[in-house]
Amino acid sequence: MILAAALMVCAAGSAGAQKLNAAGATFPYPIYSKWFSEYATQHPGVQINYQSIGSGGGIRQVTEGTVDFGASDMPMTDTMLSQSKVKLIHIPTVLGAVVPVYNVPGAGTDLKFAPDVLADIYLGKISNWSDARIAKDNPGVKLPNQEIYVVHRSDGSGTTFIFTDYLSKVSPDWKTSVGANSAVAWPKGIGGKGNEGVAGLVRQMPGAIGYVELIYALQNKISYGYMRNAAGTWLKASIEGVTDAAGSLKSMPADYRVSITNAPGKDSYPISSFTYLLIPTHPTDATKGKVIKDFLTWMLDHGEGEVSALDYAPLPASVAAKVKSTVSTLP
Amino acid sequence: MRIQEPRTPRAAAAEPAGGLTPVAVPAPASQIRKFLQSRGSSSLADSTFRWLMVLCALSIFGIVALIATELVSSSKLTLTKFGMKFFFGSAWDPVNADFGALPFIYGTVVSSLVALVIAVPLAVGVAVFLTEMCPKALRGILSFLTELLAAIPSVVYGLWAIFVLVPLLRLYVNPLLIKTLGWTGLFVAPDFGIGMFAAGVILAIMILPIISSLTREVMTAVPHTQREAVLALGATRWEMIRMGVLRNARIGIVGSIILGLGRALGETMAVAMVIGSSPTISKSLLAPAATMASVIANEFAEAADDTYRSALIEIGLALFLVTIVVNMLARLLMWAVTRGAPARVT
Amino acid sequence: MASALAVLATVLVIAPLVAIFIDLVYKGASSLDLNFFTKIPAPVGETGGGMANSIVGSGVLLGLASLLGIPVGIAAGIYLAEYGRGTKLSTVVRFTADVLNGVPSIVMGIAVYALIVAPMKGFSAFAGGVALGIMMVPTVARTTEEMLLMVPHSIREAALGLGVPTWRAMLSITLKTAMPGVITGCMLAFARVAGETAPLLFTAFGNQFWSTNLNQPISALPLQIYVYALSPYDEWHRLAWAGSLVLIALIVIAVSLVRYVTSRGVLKGAS
Repeated sequence: MILAAALMVCAAGSAGAQKLNAAGATFPYPIYSKWFSEYATQHPGVQINYQSIGSGGGIRQVTEGTVDFGASDMPMTDTMLSQSKVKLIHIPTVLGAVVPVYNVPGAGTDLKFAPDVLADIYLGKISNWSDARIAKDNPGVKLPNQEIYVVHRSDGSGTTFIFTDYLSKVSPDWKTSVGANSAVAWPKGIGGKGNEGVAGLVRQMPGAIGYVELIYALQNKISYGYMRNAAGTWLKASIEGVTDAAGSLKSMPADYRVSITNAPGKDSYPISSFTYLLIPTHPTDATKGKVIKDFLTWMLDHGEGEVSALDYAPLPASVAAKVKSTVSTLP
Repeated sequence: MRIQEPRTPRAAAAEPAGGLTPVAVPAPASQIRKFLQSRGSSSLADSTFRWLMVLCALSIFGIVALIATELVSSSKLTLTKFGMKFFFGSAWDPVNADFGALPFIYGTVVSSLVALVIAVPLAVGVAVFLTEMCPKALRGILSFLTELLAAIPSVVYGLWAIFVLVPLLRLYVNPLLIKTLGWTGLFVAPDFGIGMFAAGVILAIMILPIISSLTREVMTAVPHTQREAVLALGATRWEMIRMGVLRNARIGIVGSIILGLGRALGETMAVAMVIGSSPTISKSLLAPAATMASVIANEFAEAADDTYRSALIEIGLALFLVTIVVNMLARLLMWAVTRGAPARVT
Repeated sequence: MASALAVLATVLVIAPLVAIFIDLVYKGASSLDLNFFTKIPAPVGETGGGMANSIVGSGVLLGLASLLGIPVGIAAGIYLAEYGRGTKLSTVVRFTADVLNGVPSIVMGIAVYALIVAPMKGFSAFAGGVALGIMMVPTVARTTEEMLLMVPHSIREAALGLGVPTWRAMLSITLKTAMPGVITGCMLAFARVAGETAPLLFTAFGNQFWSTNLNQPISALPLQIYVYALSPYDEWHRLAWAGSLVLIALIVIAVSLVRYVTSRGVLKGAS
């Protein structure tokens, strides 16, 4: 008891406090907010304030130097890296799955979306839930004669990048007319802000379809569909499917910037991705750099153990080992 | 949020023209004067104070100038790259760095117009009721209530709109509009609930108090002799209101409408929360859209490359200039009515 | 007929107001608990968080804004009413004050981002306070001017005639006489910025933790309401309603105070 009190006093004393600010992806926000809140309780005096403003924002703010580190699901391009005022490296943290969520009264919770059908819904070529192409993959499901309301992200988003990266791989039409980026010129639909916003809109609007990170679908009890992967298997997003997609990767590039959508594995979930922290290699403030390094080490040793509870996939052991050696090179 | 500053037409009118400037009169150096000077009455203290006040006043000018120059210099990239085409282009394509502000200008104009169409008749009606026919006891309560409406923050309007207004529109109002007014092409499915119309309705609710309280003020400023003259000619009460009050106050009413428009144009949060954030131009008011202010709120922190960022700041610059013009116009009209301009007799 | 229309208009206007208040009180009050006032936000998806840090954050931001905006505004008002009357400079200042008053708050946000956040390399409570402070200035300046103009000249002359230095006469005689009205202006400006969200998005930025450090991002009630309102979590919607109720209560208290002061103040002309 006294010891605890003494500890508290110590903690308060040392609370000269390292306060760090980070911003970026909403895709891993649930696990990050858990990590940072836990890390703060275990390491009194260290506060990492994370604002989930979107991957585009994470890249922007960290390259401007307005936050101490950023987060993004979209690997930065070579041009972005060369233009950045701050020298950055990518540290993969977890793997996640993007799922097509829908709100179709009476259609159950197990709709199947073929890759080309999903692309054509977002292109506006399929605009009614009773469309024959949707019905073909969903025999026995009562699909209403209801307009499809397409929901997408209104902000610069890594989830959008993963989703459009996938659509570009499976639909030549999508690739030529829209392309893959954190923000694209959407052919149709309405925008929601953040994974939260898209989930909120889909939930409120019968007839809507959207795409969110798996945990947003689970936490909000929104139905999400089966996807058909490159090997032809129908499967729902799961930790195993995502891990399998990462495992089907032949070699990991040294800077970790890699796309694992539409992975070839038989059990690979097709819309999977790594998500990254963008860490400055030469932090302006050495003590802050130390805090970031400590946190990353903690994350690899302890944090990774907690990710499955939130339906993210932890880094495969081989990748984790590699990341650890990268972290150790940080100042 | 939208609380109008108290205006005091009566008091201002009571002010003697060209009032005295309180400059200390130089006095002969009497004993008393010396005593006082030793206690702080020095020209140094006075002029320091004076310059401090001038400095603060100038800082207002400085702030506005600073904002303007900063907006211009931060949007140089798109200003030079697109030129005037920026305002007529309807592409909003961050992938290919092709930006045009037309969808947002359209969204801002149309959502504000929808708001005015709904708000103006109501606001004038309320003002007429309050000034001409309301029992005194009720007047206080009602004007207090409309002032409260003005005190609700934009974000709270947005919250209410998302969870109460939008479902209401989607379930009851919009289907009715589609059925009755669908032929105009302004109300056609798909109906998301959120969209241009929802934004217009919430804007109308937000600008109502401004328009109605200013209109009321202008109507109160119409001299009683005007009312009496019209009544003496045998007019009914309604004719008296129409000819004696509304006609005399019309310039001021237009001014208050434009002032309301100024608010609507720059309104951000509530609109961003219900307009659907889609940079498209559609005829149907039920379709999602975006305004100049809402696109900045949604995309500014996230704009990853410089052209994108610059395009958003240029939209901010345009919004800044438009609201200045609109506000100037409104102030001019209000000023013409409340300060001095003789009530027109027609 | 016409009267009926006017009455109908009034009813139509009052209806949403009543609806908003009922919803706020009903949904807000049922969500308010002790946690709301004592806890910081819980991690995503967990229950039991509160908005204590946002309430404190709003306090810090508004304090800073008042500290910056009110003195500058009053001083500018004194200039306009006492020194600059009829001069070209005062016309320019008065005009720019009106322009500043009309600047959309989101534009203020990006301007302060470009002026303070980007050069200082960091979102901060300071930047947020400055943005709000600037927004207070024109309202305070213009009300101060109008209130000072209402002070009878005999009072000024009496003070000056007694040999009181001009600056003392202005501060402790003229300004003091106009004080109730000036306070009204300050409260109105305060109430206006208390609910502002747009200028804080890119300046104060938000913070999940306790923070009163001016160099750090800080949370604010309107910001937190915005984030929670757009989220898909029922728990967060609940907190957004509760936050709105608390925010409105704060503002209504301020506005009522204004009415109280003006109704019994010396200057009854202000309505």
